Amino acid sequence: MVTTAPLVGQSVKRKEDPRLLTGNGRYLDDIRLPNTHHMAVRRSPYGHANILSIDTEAAANLPGVVGVFTAEDLKDSVKPLPCGMPAGGVENHLPPHRVLAQDRVRYVGDAVAFVVANDPYIAHDAMELIDVQYQELPAVVDAARAVEPGAPQLHDEAPGNICMHWTAGNKDDTDAAFANAEVVVKHHIYNQRLIPNPLETRGTLANYDAGTEETTLWVTSQLPHVHKILLSAFVLDIPEHKLRLIAPEIGGAFGSKIFLYADMALTAWASKHLGVPVKFVETRMENYVATQHGRDQTQDIELAARRDGTMLGLRVKSLANLGAYPSTIAPGVVTALFGRMVSGAYRIPAIWVEVDGVYTNTAMVDAYRGAGRPEATYLVERMVDLLADELAMDPVDVRRKNFIPPDAFPYTPPDLGMLPYDSGNYAVTLDRALNHVNYSALRAQQEEGRKAGRLMGIGISSYVEVCGLAPSSWIQKQGWGGPMYESAEIRVLPTGKISAVTGSLSHGQGHETTFAQIVADEFGVGMGDVEIKYGDTAGAPFGMGTYGSRSLAVGGTALQKSAQKIKEKILAIGANLLEVAPEDVEFDHGSVSVKGAPGSSKTLAEIAFAAWLNTGVPAGMEAGLEATTYYDPPSCTFPFGTHICVVDVDPDTGHVDIIRYVAVDDVGPVVNPMIVDGQLEGGIAQGIGQALFEGAVYDKFGYLLTGSMIDYAVPRASYLPNFELDRTVTPSPISAFGSKGVGEAGTIASTPAVANAVVDALSHLGIRDLQMPITPQRVWHALQQPK
Amino acid sequence: MTRIITLRVNGKSYENEVSPRLLLVHYLRDVLGLTGTHIACDTSQCGACTVMFNGESVKSCTMLAVQADGGEVKTVEGLATNGKLHPLQQGFWEKHGLQCGFCTPGMLMSSLNLLQRNPDPTPDEIRHALEGNLCRCTGYQNIVAAVQWAAQEMKAKPAAGVAE
Ligand code: FES
Ligand code: FES
Repeated sequence: MVTTAPLVGQSVKRKEDPRLLTGNGRYLDDIRLPNTHHMAVRRSPYGHANILSIDTEAAANLPGVVGVFTAEDLKDSVKPLPCGMPAGGVENHLPPHRVLAQDRVRYVGDAVAFVVANDPYIAHDAMELIDVQYQELPAVVDAARAVEPGAPQLHDEAPGNICMHWTAGNKDDTDAAFANAEVVVKHHIYNQRLIPNPLETRGTLANYDAGTEETTLWVTSQLPHVHKILLSAFVLDIPEHKLRLIAPEIGGAFGSKIFLYADMALTAWASKHLGVPVKFVETRMENYVATQHGRDQTQDIELAARRDGTMLGLRVKSLANLGAYPSTIAPGVVTALFGRMVSGAYRIPAIWVEVDGVYTNTAMVDAYRGAGRPEATYLVERMVDLLADELAMDPVDVRRKNFIPPDAFPYTPPDLGMLPYDSGNYAVTLDRALNHVNYSALRAQQEEGRKAGRLMGIGISSYVEVCGLAPSSWIQKQGWGGPMYESAEIRVLPTGKISAVTGSLSHGQGHETTFAQIVADEFGVGMGDVEIKYGDTAGAPFGMGTYGSRSLAVGGTALQKSAQKIKEKILAIGANLLEVAPEDVEFDHGSVSVKGAPGSSKTLAEIAFAAWLNTGVPAGMEAGLEATTYYDPPSCTFPFGTHICVVDVDPDTGHVDIIRYVAVDDVGPVVNPMIVDGQLEGGIAQGIGQALFEGAVYDKFGYLLTGSMIDYAVPRASYLPNFELDRTVTPSPISAFGSKGVGEAGTIASTPAVANAVVDALSHLGIRDLQMPITPQRVWHALQQPK
Repeated sequence: MTRIITLRVNGKSYENEVSPRLLLVHYLRDVLGLTGTHIACDTSQCGACTVMFNGESVKSCTMLAVQADGGEVKTVEGLATNGKLHPLQQGFWEKHGLQCGFCTPGMLMSSLNLLQRNPDPTPDEIRHALEGNLCRCTGYQNIVAAVQWAAQEMKAKPAAGVAE
């Protein structure tokens, strides 16, 4: 009998890479169907305007154009895009989000009309020939201004531009805590708007088959099953069993491919209407104006404490800019995933959070890598540093004093409505990170350097986040109208090869590898014998997709459960074939053998063959060898860690140079360390992007000033340091392997670490805060202010 | 009005009638069906479309197909020889230099250009050379490691990295 080392825990090279390295990945725009036509969308150049007239004649007359359509053409067959996650437990004002604007446009990028032509260049030419007359209206882009009396109003259905007012926590206890406080620190934060920037933009290819009356949509989607049900049940005139969605290779998403977009409905409608395949692929500039943005919260925060640094109470008031219409899950994200996480890694006895969701004349805002948790973590980590500064304490000591202690888990933040934090040992990650940077020596260096005019800063961020998003019962209370389990269907094929279909969906995370490691170990076979599939709704169990760092914790557990079900049957069939009782056999390394007589055995292939040919299946048992699981976990998982950033600030130019970046994360046991590190590195880079470089800016008319990659600073290789990674391992009691989730941790942790470092570098000059992105210009201006 | 262009792509000769405004990247993708070369921006910022043209890396979204007339193009599809991955491809695989893979073809071609000019680059030199290529997934650390891996490999086995 061969013994193979378990694959789980090893840095196995990715199965998906050879195709991606040779140009054989099939992304949306790479799919070629005969006679494919191309769609181009005419978008509003105004932030807010009435549509006076639309003249499509010149466009329609261009040779190659097969159709030009406006809201009028669709009004009987395409309904508005629904919001699937209003804020839980409160009244939400959800004005319709039409796939083409009717009478009025509400942001630059709002779709007004579209063209279908036999060539993409012609489609764009024709789109520009559509003559739209507008009457411009006053616009409002800033959430704080949008709620002022007299502000331009976007929707009759949402008076005062308010989507909802939501609260969490205990107001009376919090008021009492503030009344008894020895020190109160107040702060205002604008957590700026970001543009997600997956390298692949979004798109849809629709094909209506007149023979089968089935519509197939290839969509850049993180959750094709959910998109299918939303489109069929709420938007399109296509019954669910006649609609198939396929997510092909996805070139990154970071949340932006979760949401329902107009082009999905427009291409589906046009393909059926015109009888040709219709493809739409965004240009990058379209992606900037019309694909959902992230963050954009304006926050007022107060922290009450004792003079010894003990935190007593936290008050948070946030205005969440939702953009022009309610996006698919936006109101739920800015409440549940933000407001219920504001206390971070700390035991704060009294908390009160208020969130107002606000409509403005800007692109819609929804979940972007971290989704609510970066905004929560940034505020609490900045507040800790401000408190330390106020009390002249070391920020390390303030963190240590207030950490939820290891013996307090499972820990539920008081009255906040969050699920219990599953497990943790926060001080250990802090200590390790401090050791890595040699903290006390660094502080001494800083002190020394300051005498010579050197501006060196050390920033710490100790985060905790909620991952493995589930269970259905909890998330439904937060407003989500669907389930939150994950499915896994495993089939051991007649020759013993294994095909596993997961309801989650890789868009760069490497599911084909990590999930194959799990399945291969369960059955004691090699990676090469396992195929992981996902992304096609045809014939696959309903699945929830990938976001919220949930694939492994929820989807991986589902896979393991299906494998266990199949293994019971393998034992039964194996025993039957070996003519012994099931108790007398064991399954190990891909074969069933009689206990104590390893020579007497049947291989997985022999058993699978018997199972499918129905030769040797015990009486009363069905043929076949497969199992499906819908795993709905009892709770979420809570990864944590400490990141430390060390910066040098150039006193003359304000330029920030990251000289060390140390991350000690605890995401539970890891299946593939190489992939986990990759997730962290990419996540940290995105978080640094927010701290130092990125920010979407609108002018007061609603025009996006950062409208292309020239104006919006996606970090480049030379902007970023080498990251030094380490981890501790605290298993979660919730998931199969104790894994917690890692997709968003880096992004959540790094932004405050960097901001704290830059502020720390300048703190001796009396500088208490800098607004993100902390550009050289902002630093330089702060340095010029008289103190 | 169309023009006839003749060029070699990955060692094969092509002659096509194209519109003068057709971008080289669209020619490669839509006329020749070589979809490994990607498009990720409209302002020459991202580098996803990078190919080798007459031995140097160019952004194929910033060149017209007619400008490539008579030239020699190499795309990611032409990087492996006889089914054997180029050391750069191998390096990206070994070092996990890709996640979603969308930036990867452009990264490979820009890295190839770098290693032709500088066979033993430092991490800083690699980061500088890849300034024109955006990756949103990896944070670049493993891309730097991948290029270093390939440089070592090509030094050890010089024949492995010859770009013909
Ligand atoms: S497509 Fe972005 S540089 Fe060519
Ligand atoms: S691997 Fe996704 S953009 Fe680079």
